[in-house]
Amino acid sequence: MNRRRVWIGLGLVAIAGAVILLVAGGLRENVVYFLTPTELEAKGAEVYGAPLRLGGQVKPESVDWNPDVGRLLFVITDGETELPVESSGAPPAMFSEGMGVVVEGSYREDGVFRSHNVMVKHSNEYRPPEEGEHPREVYRSLIDEEAGG
Amino acid sequence: MLSTLGYASVIAALLGAVITTLTGLIGGFKNRPVLIDASRRATYFTFVAMTTAIVAMEAALLTHDFSVEYVSRVGSRETPSYYTAISLWSSLDGSILFWGWILSGYAALVAFVRRRETDGLTPFVLGTLGFVGIFFFGLLAGPANPFGLIVPTPENGPGPNPLLQNHPLMGLHPPLLYLGFVGLSVPFAFAIGALLSGNLEATWLRDARRWMIAAWAFLSLGVIGGAWWSYEVLGWGGYWAWDPVENASFLPWLTATAFLHSVMVQERRGMLKTWNLTLIIGTFILTLFGTFLTRSGILDSVHAFTEGVIGPLFLGFIALLTLGSFVLIAWRSDRLHAPGTLDGAVSRESAFILNNLIFVALTFTVLLGTVFPLIVEWARNERISVGPPYFDMVFTPLALLLLFLMGVGPALPWRRTTAEKLKRSFWLPTGVGVAVVAVIFLLGVRRVYPLVTFGFAGFVFATIVEEFRKGVSARRRISGRPPALAFLDLLTRNGRRYGGYVVHTGIVVIAVGLAISGSWKFEREVTLRQGEQLEIGAYRVQFDEIFTRDEAQRFVVGGNFQAWRGDRFLGVQQPRLNYYPTSQQPIATPAVETSLSKDLYLTLMAFDSEKGEHATVRAIVNPAVAWLWIGGLIVGIGALIAIWPHGRPAYLPELAADLAGSAPMADSLATAASEAQRGEEAVTVGWEEPGS
Repeated sequence: MNRRRVWIGLGLVAIAGAVILLVAGGLRENVVYFLTPTELEAKGAEVYGAPLRLGGQVKPESVDWNPDVGRLLFVITDGETELPVESSGAPPAMFSEGMGVVVEGSYREDGVFRSHNVMVKHSNEYRPPEEGEHPREVYRSLIDEEAGG
Repeated sequence: MLSTLGYASVIAALLGAVITTLTGLIGGFKNRPVLIDASRRATYFTFVAMTTAIVAMEAALLTHDFSVEYVSRVGSRETPSYYTAISLWSSLDGSILFWGWILSGYAALVAFVRRRETDGLTPFVLGTLGFVGIFFFGLLAGPANPFGLIVPTPENGPGPNPLLQNHPLMGLHPPLLYLGFVGLSVPFAFAIGALLSGNLEATWLRDARRWMIAAWAFLSLGVIGGAWWSYEVLGWGGYWAWDPVENASFLPWLTATAFLHSVMVQERRGMLKTWNLTLIIGTFILTLFGTFLTRSGILDSVHAFTEGVIGPLFLGFIALLTLGSFVLIAWRSDRLHAPGTLDGAVSRESAFILNNLIFVALTFTVLLGTVFPLIVEWARNERISVGPPYFDMVFTPLALLLLFLMGVGPALPWRRTTAEKLKRSFWLPTGVGVAVVAVIFLLGVRRVYPLVTFGFAGFVFATIVEEFRKGVSARRRISGRPPALAFLDLLTRNGRRYGGYVVHTGIVVIAVGLAISGSWKFEREVTLRQGEQLEIGAYRVQFDEIFTRDEAQRFVVGGNFQAWRGDRFLGVQQPRLNYYPTSQQPIATPAVETSLSKDLYLTLMAFDSEKGEHATVRAIVNPAVAWLWIGGLIVGIGALIAIWPHGRPAYLPELAADLAGSAPMADSLATAASEAQRGEEAVTVGWEEPGS
């Protein structure tokens, strides 16, 4: 009886140990830091190649979207530091200059942030339509903002 | 007017819950029939009051009574009636109202079903449900009051969150999830009721388990429904992103599933009493924690939630229930002694125990991944996120182990076994599993996880078929009925066991669907000019034109894309972007062309807003996604079979004799067996291996 308990106890410890190892390894490899361009610059070589999220604004007049090869170039800034971003894929539908974005990807030795996903930072606050405002007009105003850049 | 009616109803419900708790607990402890009776009536009263509150809210929503603050926040004259009706659960206060109504409904149902029960448990169960009710109705009466007025009355409102009015599934997925979440408070109430009453014998467990299966079924459908909604609405081509909101619904599902397995060990062997109580209580705590996580704003920032009142209140309630449950278990620890012991290392019960360990490990890993960013932000003031790769990496091996056990457990006998028996039970399923792996390997698949999944799936499926075959042939021997009828007999007479196997079949289908869609999905994103074609896999897609459509609540921009699979024309696909006045970002409606083998999934990414001459589209070929929904349906059907009221299962008399002296249920088993002998059909196949 006692010997069985010892075995069961050892089994439990082994399983728990395996799970903890798995979890610790998983967390170490897959934590994604959320940084601003200034913080990223400060870390520099430390974070080359690591998966990151970079938050900032799209610098006005820096956007270059080439639909034929599906490549988007722009500069992200937090007012202090500017970083070039290269992204594959179309900009999100509401992407425009000066707006807040979060880009997912990694920082490379050449000083360019390669992104596979650009997310428009949108607030969760919904504004009610103004008096007599029609959805189409709102759409127009958003599209013009985008096209005007 | 509606606001007054609604608020008065909430106060009445709060009062009803207080009375239920007091009369239930005092009546239960002192055994006063008058008080016990009163607790039942107060439970009915609470349900009527909450129903009135819900009707008042729906009336306010549908008549656009913008004087009610909640309506002014989630309603708009332009929103279609269907989405107006379901915007009841589109914001915090409304969803707590909905939660409270379902809670009161469950409590009334418990009171009604148990109205003639004399085991002394009912008042404690109702009292516990009343206590939980006090918390939710108290929230509704104070910090989350949905019936507050707004002055001056606005002319119109913004409508519900655009994401929540973009797909009809929004009317199905949240109610299912809520029925599951709130339903889990019933087994919790039975556990607490049993601890309070001190009657920790089998009756409470039988009821707790039944209610748990019902809540579990709703929760399963809710989780699958959430994945489906996310697939049809979010436009990224996936169905599960390990988002905290998804995890919140998944965590209690894991522990509830663990309980549904370990409870059998207690019923059969009298073991794991404390463990089962812990699982039930933990499951309910996790539902509260999930609600706290997703509703308190803590996910945006650790520091955000303290600004509201709801977050700290939830946390306090969770702490109170956890502490109270611990104290109760410690108080009753003398009655939680297990008479049974683990006899053999290889047995049904040890398989269940291993199953439970893995479920708990899964719960732990998902929970840790979900709250880890909060811990880091709180401790080091750094902002991080834990991405899907963590969950995939940790979850997949453990889940595969569970899949394997699903084939092992049912084929193992209780107590102990011999090498000879093992060989007899497992050579066929193992052969099937190995054959599946060999065939798929020869077909060119070299990835490890899919291969392992298919092998285990074949193994489990063979075990299930074998179980059904054994059951059918045993029934035919006894009753002489043809195979089809004998098969139906199994499902109707022993739904718990064979319904469980149907659920397992559904899970196998889902596992295969996950493995295929997770491994062989591919996508292309291209900008097409009018008339240009894109080829992806077996599909061809041609961009024709951009169209726009004015709708009252939104402006729709869509693309007409003709699609072919090989030479077969699939019709015109219309992925769309919907512009809601209240959202800075358009909400996508992807076009999904489903088939059993694969889906073509088109999302409109960008378009030429001047002349509509080009459009950027993301095309995804998503194999076997339909299997997830089919598997979910099978799980639901299996759960329905398991819970369907059927005659009292009868047991082989030898079985009862065998159990005598070892299990606490021996007496009731013996009674059942002798009753069965007196019945018209002397012996029915019970849940023991036929012929043993």
